[in-house]
Amino acid sequence: MAAKQSHRVGDHPLVKWTLIIVTLLLTSILLVVPLVGIFHQAFALGAAHYWASIADSYTLHAILLTLFVAALTVPLNLVFGIMLAWAVTRFQFPGRKLLMTLMDIPFAVSPVVAGLLYLLLYGRNGWIGSWLDEHSIQLMFAWPGIVMVTVFVTCPFVARELIPLMQQHGREEEEAAVILGASGWQVFRRVTFPNIKWALLYGVILTNARAVGEFGAVSVVSGSIRGETNTLPLHVQLLYQDESVAAFASASLLAGIALLTLIIKALVEWRQSRQDKLANAEPLVVADKVGS
Amino acid sequence: MSIRIENVAKRFGAFQALAPLSLDIGEGEMVGLLGPSGSGKTTLLRIIAGLEGADTGRIWFGSRDVSELHVRDRRVGFVFQHYALFKHMTVADNVAFGLEVLPRHERPSSAQIKQRVGDLLDMVQLNHLAQRFPAQLSGGQKQRVALARALATQPEVLLMDEPFGALDAKVRKELRQWLRQLHEELKFTSVFVTHDQDEALELSDQVVVMSHGRIEQVDEPAKLYASPQSRFVFDFLGHVNVFEGQSYRGRLNQGQAWIQLPEQHLDSGELYMRPHEMRVTANPTTIAHLPLKVMAVNPVGAEVRLELVPLGWETSSPWELGLSHHEYQRWSLKRGDQVYVEPSKAHFFSQHTAAPSEISWPCTSTAGVVEV
Amino acid sequence: MSSSVVNSNDMRRPRHKRVLPGLGLTLGTSVLFISLILLLPLSGLVMQTAEMGWERYWFVITDPQVVASYRLTLVSALWASLFNGVFGLLLAWVLVRYEFPGRRLLDALVDLPFALPTAVAGITLATLYSDEGWYGGWLSGELGIQVAYTPLGVVIAMAFTSIPFVVRTVQPVLEEMAVEEEEAGMTLGASDWTVFRRILLPSLWPALVTGAALSFTRSLGEFGAVIFIAGNMPYVSEVTSLMIFMRLQEFDFAAASAIASVVLGVSLLLLLLINIWQARFLRRFQGR
Repeated sequence: MAAKQSHRVGDHPLVKWTLIIVTLLLTSILLVVPLVGIFHQAFALGAAHYWASIADSYTLHAILLTLFVAALTVPLNLVFGIMLAWAVTRFQFPGRKLLMTLMDIPFAVSPVVAGLLYLLLYGRNGWIGSWLDEHSIQLMFAWPGIVMVTVFVTCPFVARELIPLMQQHGREEEEAAVILGASGWQVFRRVTFPNIKWALLYGVILTNARAVGEFGAVSVVSGSIRGETNTLPLHVQLLYQDESVAAFASASLLAGIALLTLIIKALVEWRQSRQDKLANAEPLVVADKVGS
Repeated sequence: MSIRIENVAKRFGAFQALAPLSLDIGEGEMVGLLGPSGSGKTTLLRIIAGLEGADTGRIWFGSRDVSELHVRDRRVGFVFQHYALFKHMTVADNVAFGLEVLPRHERPSSAQIKQRVGDLLDMVQLNHLAQRFPAQLSGGQKQRVALARALATQPEVLLMDEPFGALDAKVRKELRQWLRQLHEELKFTSVFVTHDQDEALELSDQVVVMSHGRIEQVDEPAKLYASPQSRFVFDFLGHVNVFEGQSYRGRLNQGQAWIQLPEQHLDSGELYMRPHEMRVTANPTTIAHLPLKVMAVNPVGAEVRLELVPLGWETSSPWELGLSHHEYQRWSLKRGDQVYVEPSKAHFFSQHTAAPSEISWPCTSTAGVVEV
Repeated sequence: MSSSVVNSNDMRRPRHKRVLPGLGLTLGTSVLFISLILLLPLSGLVMQTAEMGWERYWFVITDPQVVASYRLTLVSALWASLFNGVFGLLLAWVLVRYEFPGRRLLDALVDLPFALPTAVAGITLATLYSDEGWYGGWLSGELGIQVAYTPLGVVIAMAFTSIPFVVRTVQPVLEEMAVEEEEAGMTLGASDWTVFRRILLPSLWPALVTGAALSFTRSLGEFGAVIFIAGNMPYVSEVTSLMIFMRLQEFDFAAASAIASVVLGVSLLLLLLINIWQARFLRRFQGR
């Protein structure tokens, strides 16, 4: 008698292992080797040289500027993302779909075009920029411009993580809380937030990763002045022209942030799936009898 | 606290969910809103709670007009159809929530809250599960947590949306009895929505039957079954056998079948008869000529149910008839046999009046028992 | 005279109170934010191009060098998204269907191109595929294939940055696919390949197209990853984003805006088509 086995397409060991090996091979060539390459290049002249490149005052300034930009961008987009997600998932109003489509636009826009949009408006010849210029306020080719385009490029991330989750979760728990007398803030803090915190964290690290690494849009509005408006990705580009090892040293910092992002993402997904599993678990059988 | 609903109407786009309707619910009463889906019963419940705003009309709790009051301030207890328990909180935290979000000057101390939660969980017999999460509970247990949570703030009005809808038949029956007891003890005014007629009839002091956004009838359960005021209520509650005919020579005729009608009621229309309001005869009687064929016999239960199809006339659905086991033995009916029936009582909806008139016939034949 | 006597109270339409709080605050903030950071700058671009006049606009956007960049960008993005359609499907399949050591690591690694800054990806790929690099040395030395500073380099950079799109759109669909449909196919005597082709692929198709389209859209605008490996030779390996960038370096804002408006128009059109396509297949497959 043949043992009963579930047979699905592609379960044959030959097919299975061929596909797995091909995938692993391609992934190694396309993703793993380049990743290793970054660190290999960075340390090509030894650890001492690596540290010297990082400790360079221009590099340090670029690191600080990059962190500063991210520190402004992330909270702004976090607040916006929560507001937008709450509005579109908890209410019906005319223009709701339009709002969600508009939110997606920064994803579709080329970073260079994004930078251009801001340069046109706030640059010296732009219709807001010329007014600002008269009042000696300079946004472009200065850090405010960098923050502005970074906010633009990263604004959909938090909302995009929250909307599907909040939609799927529905609004009943929140309605129940309101009936029980909870205020708006109490509803958010005690009922909504615990349910979305992991997605929120994921949205934040994605926003952060992109904010730290944005290149195209920032290169348009920054002017790349060393020690002033040079962010880490721009610094990498400048260095790459003549001292590529130093460029890779800076690049390895950015790659480190990317790896950290991937690790946090994996952890968050693991927590989220555990939470989902808990919420959909089979009830434990507990002896109890009603009305006896 | 009594509830008064005055001319409440609600429209969703082009759909009239509630026609203007009014309803009075007495203090301490348990009232069931019964109707098929789309009848507006859940909308009405949500309007009472304040979860939905009415387009027109007013809602009164006792002498207080709450129409303009936000849900948060209406202080009703509400049990959601799927319970809406906070999944990330323990059972105890769920029950405590309503107390913990009270403004500081009204909020009991944390020791008092703990005490009260313990009492509530005792009441719903779930104290041993206080530290569990909702996902670890069975449907019936979740239901009781939802109830304890709703009752924690001691609301004077308890509203429940399909409270037992998601439970299996056995648990449902147990919970019904239990809820009835709880209501006897605590005497809150309660309104619940259901599409299950047994549930409505068994639990309610008054049943409100709804269809298409209107109230069809409000009555005590027994009266509702005994004297429905419309075709809809007749159809919706229990089984009914319908005979549609034209008046002619003192009879209501259809094909080869007829039923004698009293002079004052003579008109074309429909006769509605409950299964227990008819009896089987071997031959046509002076009251009725209704030849039928036995399609199925179901002997399980307090009585034997016969399913009958007309011979030489028509009905929209097969007729049902109940026979005591004793009688059934005497008749020894089986599938395919031909029988006659006669009504003892019926409600007549004539084509000219909306309300039904009650008709009863004297028993003609006790001697009509003949072998078929 | 009206015959109906109605209590004035009943005529007053109660103000509809929303159950959940915060519509005004959240919607107001969202609309304000989107207007400021998105709509206002977009209107700036529209005004800039409107000032140009049609003739000059047409002259700028049909400049032969720019047209060559359109062709390179479109063709490269097409190849990159085709490659990702196949590779992404393979990755998603392996990740969902098989259990093997390192599966979770592979799953995490898929998102690397999203997490890695494009400039870093750019210099890394350029170095790897240059004649002195690990891949470039072998490819040009042994096979005579030149990657760096050619259109092929552009394709590779575009493919790299958009790998996750197809994987992440196909993966959930593949996960939710019921085993019964496959089993039904097999009980009817179909071979593995037939079941895949006739039953699985049609269900995956909408997600696959969506993923590939997203990948294509992203590739059209890609800048940081491309410019290092492309070498930026006029008429050969200049992408359109670079053309915009170069016009800006020359302070020719009008020309930059004109070319940008073409890119932006295509991107928005693609976004719209993807949205419509998704709405259609969601309705069909999920009865929404």
